[in-house]
Amino acid sequence: MIKISRLIHDYIQRDEEGNPSGTIRALDDISLDVEPGQFIAILGHNGSGKSTLAKHLNALLFPTEGAVWVNGLDTRDQNLIWDIRQTAGMVFQNPDNQIIGQVVEEDVGFGPENMGVPTQEIWNRVEESLKAVGMYEYRKKSPNRLSGGQKQRVSIAGVIAMHPRCIVMDEPTAMLDPSGRADVINAAMTLNREEGITIILITHYMEEAIRADRIFVMDEGKVAMQGTPREIFSRVEEMQALHLDVPQVTLLAHTLRQRGLSIPEGILTREELAEALLGGN
Amino acid sequence: MQAARLSGKAFDGMGIKLENVSYIYEVGTAMQTAALEDVSLEIPENQFIGLIGHTGSGKSTLVQLLNGLLKPTEGRVLYNGKNIHEQDYDKRALRAEVGLVFQYPEHQLFEADVLSDVMFGPRNLGLDEAACKKSAVEALTSVGIGEEYFKTSPFDLSGGQKRRVAIAGVLAMHPKILILDEPTAGLDPRGRDEILGLISEMKQKMSMTIILVSHSMDDVARYVERIIVMGHGKKIFDDEPRRVFRHYRELEDLGLSAPQITYILQELKEKGLDLETDALTVAEAADEIIRKLGGPDR
Repeated sequence: MIKISRLIHDYIQRDEEGNPSGTIRALDDISLDVEPGQFIAILGHNGSGKSTLAKHLNALLFPTEGAVWVNGLDTRDQNLIWDIRQTAGMVFQNPDNQIIGQVVEEDVGFGPENMGVPTQEIWNRVEESLKAVGMYEYRKKSPNRLSGGQKQRVSIAGVIAMHPRCIVMDEPTAMLDPSGRADVINAAMTLNREEGITIILITHYMEEAIRADRIFVMDEGKVAMQGTPREIFSRVEEMQALHLDVPQVTLLAHTLRQRGLSIPEGILTREELAEALLGGN
Repeated sequence: MQAARLSGKAFDGMGIKLENVSYIYEVGTAMQTAALEDVSLEIPENQFIGLIGHTGSGKSTLVQLLNGLLKPTEGRVLYNGKNIHEQDYDKRALRAEVGLVFQYPEHQLFEADVLSDVMFGPRNLGLDEAACKKSAVEALTSVGIGEEYFKTSPFDLSGGQKRRVAIAGVLAMHPKILILDEPTAGLDPRGRDEILGLISEMKQKMSMTIILVSHSMDDVARYVERIIVMGHGKKIFDDEPRRVFRHYRELEDLGLSAPQITYILQELKEKGLDLETDALTVAEAADEIIRKLGGPDR
């Protein structure tokens, strides 16, 4: 679905007159593959390069060196930009910056309308997209009256209505409260499991990454770690050295293990911990 | 009554007192909505408080009532025993003593350099230039922004630094009560730990009251001595963290959750391990599990 080969991205710094004065390497020789239908989580602290990477998947940025293919489409080819953006939709952090319509269903219809989709087909897509994120009953409402989590689900519906193969979500829950966060992640999960849409979720919240098929951890523009959630979260000290959290249950299991209890590393859920501690009894 | 038990700090009239306060938006119109209903509260001096509630629970309205930005539809707000909505009450002095740091406070930075930005508050209080500067330098030092940044444009700082400068801007007015609305929103784990560590340190050094507004129980559990939970415009719980988290099912009904550690221990208890479930940190939970299961430590 996505293939990245030796990608380098340099931001150009400019002095006060606007002349180039230097470069900052935001992505440094990244190679990775994402299979169709995977749920991918990208973790990393601020400035690790994860948002820059996300923008390459949507042809909002172009490689300084190396290449990115989205469903076989090369982002370096200017003629393919619109095909790429239709293939890989993007959801950003702040829902208020993404919603433009006066009414929810208008907002969701905006994307397909822009693509020249016939009117009847637009309405079909609006309906199916809003149902997919559980917002159909709000279709006649003004987006201003929705909560953050609801707005973010409308943003996702707007992306789904363009029938992308892949959705890139750049910290979609950072500004939401716990129930809003859960709703957004559940909507993303459903799209992945039921519609087979590839999801690339960039997040600070480790709990959201537990259910991913694969995790990439970014640090200083490089992929510092990659693997399944269990593999990644087994490496508690490495994660802490990168200033990232591990789930509390994983940390508790790790602490108990250090204090001599014989339980495995990489415990991800409460159930697993209970099984490890009490299983034999 | 409950609050009085906390850390043995009885309310002696100093601080903020809300008496049966209600706040209704758009009174007399079809849009009339009660944001707050009959809330009574005492906020004494030198206490670390977490104020928790989901979106729309009334916590933002409550915060704006505490420093006089909103006037209650019913009930009274007292500061040091005086009704703050009396005609001749000095609201400006109140707002210096009850400081409010809004969500995303870095959006409110506007001066040309860091020092001037932090001096803005004290200047507004009518202090002379030297006193303003002294307050600003002290405030910046206490949030860990060194002299080398004083002449920098606030817009050239990192997200975490900007937020610390914005907090310094309120600290420079020497508040007795400091309210921080979602101070960790949008920060990564490192930025979050830095800000919470800083706030906790400030609390200890300056012995003021801090009200931390948050929807994350995991963030507040480790730091505060009292939690006020708001839901549907009412005060639902007001107690020590451990006691509040015992009501984890009710918290869920309010769209909130207890700290993850509470759920982990509850799960173990339900599966037959007879342990105390009120640990607040991973270390406390580990102690409790090892105490029950034995293990090589024994």
